[in-house]
Amino acid sequence: MAARAMWKGVIRFAEVEVPVKLYSAVQDRSVHFRLLHAKDRSPVKQAMVNPDTDEVVPHAETRRAYRTDEGSLVVFDKQELEALEPDSGRDIEVIRFMPPQAIDHRWYDRPYYLGPDGSESLYFALAEALANSGKEGLARWVMRKKSYVGALRLHRGVPMLMSLRHEEQVVPVDALEPPKGKALDAKELDMARQLISMLEAEFDPDEYHDEYRERVLELIEAKRRGKSVKVTPIRRREASDDLSKALEASLKKERKRA
Amino acid sequence: MPSQKSKTKPKDKRKTQEKNASAQGEEKKRFHPSGPRPLWSGTITFGLVSLPVNLYPANRPKPVSLRMVDAQGAPLARRYFCEKEERVLDYDELIRGYEVEKNEFVVVEDRELDSLAPEKSQEIDLKRFVGLDEIDPMYFQRAYFMTPDKGVTKAYRLLAESMESAGRAGIATFVMRGKEYLVAIIAEKGILRAETLRFAEEIRAPEDIALPEATRPDKQRAKAMQKAIEALTEKGFAREELQDLQSQRIVARAEEKLARGEDVIALGEEDAPEFEPEQGGEVVDLMQVLKQSLAEGRPPGQETRSDADKSKPEKRAKPAAERGKEKKRPTSQRGTGKRRSAELEGLSRDELYERAQQLDLPGRSRMSKAELAKAIAAAG
Repeated sequence: MAARAMWKGVIRFAEVEVPVKLYSAVQDRSVHFRLLHAKDRSPVKQAMVNPDTDEVVPHAETRRAYRTDEGSLVVFDKQELEALEPDSGRDIEVIRFMPPQAIDHRWYDRPYYLGPDGSESLYFALAEALANSGKEGLARWVMRKKSYVGALRLHRGVPMLMSLRHEEQVVPVDALEPPKGKALDAKELDMARQLISMLEAEFDPDEYHDEYRERVLELIEAKRRGKSVKVTPIRRREASDDLSKALEASLKKERKRA
Repeated sequence: MPSQKSKTKPKDKRKTQEKNASAQGEEKKRFHPSGPRPLWSGTITFGLVSLPVNLYPANRPKPVSLRMVDAQGAPLARRYFCEKEERVLDYDELIRGYEVEKNEFVVVEDRELDSLAPEKSQEIDLKRFVGLDEIDPMYFQRAYFMTPDKGVTKAYRLLAESMESAGRAGIATFVMRGKEYLVAIIAEKGILRAETLRFAEEIRAPEDIALPEATRPDKQRAKAMQKAIEALTEKGFAREELQDLQSQRIVARAEEKLARGEDVIALGEEDAPEFEPEQGGEVVDLMQVLKQSLAEGRPPGQETRSDADKSKPEKRAKPAAERGKEKKRPTSQRGTGKRRSAELEGLSRDELYERAQQLDLPGRSRMSKAELAKAIAAAG
């Protein structure tokens, strides 16, 4: 199934202009439920309600408000908010280029593949230029009234835009202090390292599947056919008291398996 | 029909639900919220070593989220509405269903969903350690900080230090809020982070997009582009370049209006707690909770009696998990409403909109990002 493009834009830097189409590089595979009225199993609608009176407020009568730190509300009407929206356009402006992964994956939000929009020769020239330079671009664009910052890079030779999180959205590790305590036991550390090296493996994404999703679908199918479903309660495991002992036993077990 | 505005009601309900759980005094404590709840509480197992941890988001929502008010400025709440009876429904009148055919639903209970993966819902079993640089960054989805729980910090520090020095990430799958995740556990600066990865089947291959066959590019053009790329190349980037200019514009305008006293509604002390805490408003709290949990080896508000730790491990696990139920939101039938919406807040609006479309949520095209997240969380 050929995917549909979700947006069209033009990559721009210096004198370069490359018209592209954006395609989502991910697909949502989760099982979605709906909320029903228990009485007759009919789907419920959502409404904005004044919690004090339980009265439904029609959308046309709603406003949006910014809440200040002191708890006051500053109300905006729709025209005001529209005026604050970024100017829409088709430009995907590459501000500059950087060595690969100068922006690390923690900023990554959502990946989009790029395909040619019209000129294939420009598109493939861009792919080749990115490949030969080994660089990644930092780009800005406005898509559906929202402004984005993204990384322009290659995935398996295909140009893509990875939208990035905004500055405030990533909690920096440096702002946190690790747990402190007595110096770790050298022997225990050594055993832990050994255990890690015994469990070393290569990362093969194809080895992992969403089994839970399959089970949810099976559960739904079973219930649909009127089968009864067994429910087992969940208990939480206890923390290990004696680390040395647990590590020793783990190593022994792994050695046996090897 | 009584509305949900009474704050005492959910508490009373919980009391009867949990009458066997513990003594009254201890229970009272749980009603004091102490910042954001962990998104997941469970155990990391590493060989035969197990350590209790809590997961908190390492990504936070945009600093500005606007809330819906009526024409007079009264804050509004999203509620569920029965069109036939033309009334707002109470949360305990709602059930969760999967549409198998048009208007035919199979009802699924939360405890049924939970019991589908009893181990994976409680455990992150680290059976493989891979090189951090082996993971294609395309797979990374969202990050969570792991904090030690129940005062158990030694095993946490041991695992963090040995993984960090080996440059390895632990890989596992686990179930959080009704979804299975592939996860990489990464140690950095003594802190463990869980980063969810997309399953291979969630990533489209470039072939799936049906891009045209690669034609031989115009060499000259490619060279010119490469030259332009080199000319624009710098060493790195600064965090400031990722500023959210759109939010800043809204804040700036709000401050102008505030200074002029235009469209400003001062809130009385009494009204404030009635608010559902805005996600953005919790940013400071999240940092506090993270700092405190890392320093004390348990979330703030959890008792520090060490003998309780040892004698009643299951019970000790409860408060964190159940505090989420405090405010009876629709999905908090499983105590996950808050956590879920916190998780959803990390998604982009497009991503949320896509989900809302699948759920056929009414009014989705007009919803803000925060509203979409709330609506989706509620719809499950």
